[in-house]
Amino acid sequence: MPEMRAPKKPMKREKRMNLVGWSMLLPWTIGFLVFTFYPILTSFRYSLSDVDLDGAGILVTFVGLANYRAAFSSAAGFAFLQSVLDFALEVLFKVPIITVFAIIIAVLLNQKIKLRGFFRAIYFLPVIIASGPVITQLANQGAATIPLVEQMGILDFINATFTPALARPIAGVFDELIVILWFSGVQILLFIASLQKIDRSVYEAAMIDGAGPWESFWKITMPALQSMVRVSVIFTIINLATFSENPAIQHIKNNMFALETGFGFSSAIAWIYFVALALILGIVVGLLSAFARKKART
Amino acid sequence: MDKNRKMKIRRFFLGKNGIIGKIVLYGLLMTIGFVYLFPLIKMFTTSIMDLSDLVNPVVEWIPTKLYLENYRTGLIVLKYGQTLLFSLAVTLVPALLQTAVTSLTGYALAKFRVRGRRIVFGLILLTYLLPQQVYMIPKFVLFDQLGILKTAWSIIFPATFGQGLSSAIFILIFYQFFRIQPLALDESAEIDGANPYQIFLRIGVPLAAPAYLSSFLFSFVWYWNETYISSLFLGTDLYTLQLKLFNFQSQFNLATGISQTVTNEAIRYAATILIILPVLVVYAVMQKWFVEGIDKTGVTGE
Repeated sequence: MPEMRAPKKPMKREKRMNLVGWSMLLPWTIGFLVFTFYPILTSFRYSLSDVDLDGAGILVTFVGLANYRAAFSSAAGFAFLQSVLDFALEVLFKVPIITVFAIIIAVLLNQKIKLRGFFRAIYFLPVIIASGPVITQLANQGAATIPLVEQMGILDFINATFTPALARPIAGVFDELIVILWFSGVQILLFIASLQKIDRSVYEAAMIDGAGPWESFWKITMPALQSMVRVSVIFTIINLATFSENPAIQHIKNNMFALETGFGFSSAIAWIYFVALALILGIVVGLLSAFARKKART
Repeated sequence: MDKNRKMKIRRFFLGKNGIIGKIVLYGLLMTIGFVYLFPLIKMFTTSIMDLSDLVNPVVEWIPTKLYLENYRTGLIVLKYGQTLLFSLAVTLVPALLQTAVTSLTGYALAKFRVRGRRIVFGLILLTYLLPQQVYMIPKFVLFDQLGILKTAWSIIFPATFGQGLSSAIFILIFYQFFRIQPLALDESAEIDGANPYQIFLRIGVPLAAPAYLSSFLFSFVWYWNETYISSLFLGTDLYTLQLKLFNFQSQFNLATGISQTVTNEAIRYAATILIILPVLVVYAVMQKWFVEGIDKTGVTGE
């Protein structure tokens, strides 16, 4: 390890500080081993096993890849895979909406305006209250839809235009448009924070050189936000992936106690979900980086 | 009209801070703000409607009278007082412990060049990227064996050891915050004979007060709103307010003895408001620490 060789301070102090540091890391280390690391290993073992719970204890029998095979061949497995596919489409639609919306709001709030604190408080409010059950209540009663969407027949138009596989997620987006926007509170703050780092004089210099607000936005504001876009997109995807009402994670929990599946199968689909999530994150981050590099070259 | 005056008028309307620009800006902010709050406004106005208002097509927004019976029903169905206390137990306690432990972890990583620091960072990042769902089943079994399943401890224990809800984010917040604290103070305290733990408690913690407050608030709100893991670990006998809302129909039938198939939305909305009320109050008082916390704690510092 390079860290051990680099500094040439007196050995004694360095050793002591190392020990002090680790003593402070102790609670986290214990917690990580007991509540995260051990469960991760065990979960992997469960996914390759038949897990039986009887009154006395737990019986784990190794079954190889049977659970994974079941995930791709049984009814419960298909239902889960469908929900993962739906989640991927959801990411495709919701992440751009949330990101663009957050940038727009951040830019608006970064102007010299009165009542800035008041507006900021409003746009952040949903983060405070948006729990799964609350969102479900609002969505079920139709309060999450912008009334115009229904009045203008946008949903009918979508159903008539797209194939059912595509129409469902798109209609879903319009149906819950407001609560989708509700997921952008933290991202708005992230963007405001990086907007505030831009020196105002850069804008003034650009204005003197004849750049309008539109050009300033694309040439100054957007490049400054680029790294934050990546952070915000990762945050958004993870937030959506672990939102309690996400059907995919509902499947994981429901299959735990279902008669024909159980802990082994649930563990297997949980790992499949993780791989799918990692793939989605990898693709999105890769695309964003490629885009950034291409922009940098031109 | 001379040219100068024309220019002035032009600038008044169209210039950078012209009146038209202002109208557009505030108009946008208010319109979007209204749309944003639309579900909340609708929820509130509906929650004070009685049955005749609900079915009356003319009454869309403003109820004909203030009807508070829905709230009374909500309070009874949710068993509000008792459930609120339990909800606070699995919200306040883990939030406090989580803040304390993640700050200690962040401090250790920021101030001491501990060996294997990079590995620890990698693992912390892993706990953020790896959804709880992947390893919650063995945790469920473990808690069962430890006998803490279906008790508040199943929520409190992981938080105590830095493995609570979004712990990774809080560790990174504290890491950033402690890293930019000036070393000079630590050094002078050390010369005066303070040991590292005293330096942490006497200098590190007080200077990081804003980070503590923001982290605690976020932790509190996230724990309050969490239902997935808590419903698994707490089981069906211990409901938080959120879980009661989620199972509102069965709770309603249980509490009133009436087996209605669907309760009316006014009662549901009243219950929803009762459930967001505690966090709304916290937000109203501490709003500044939520929205400014993200800047102040330097989470965004690259």
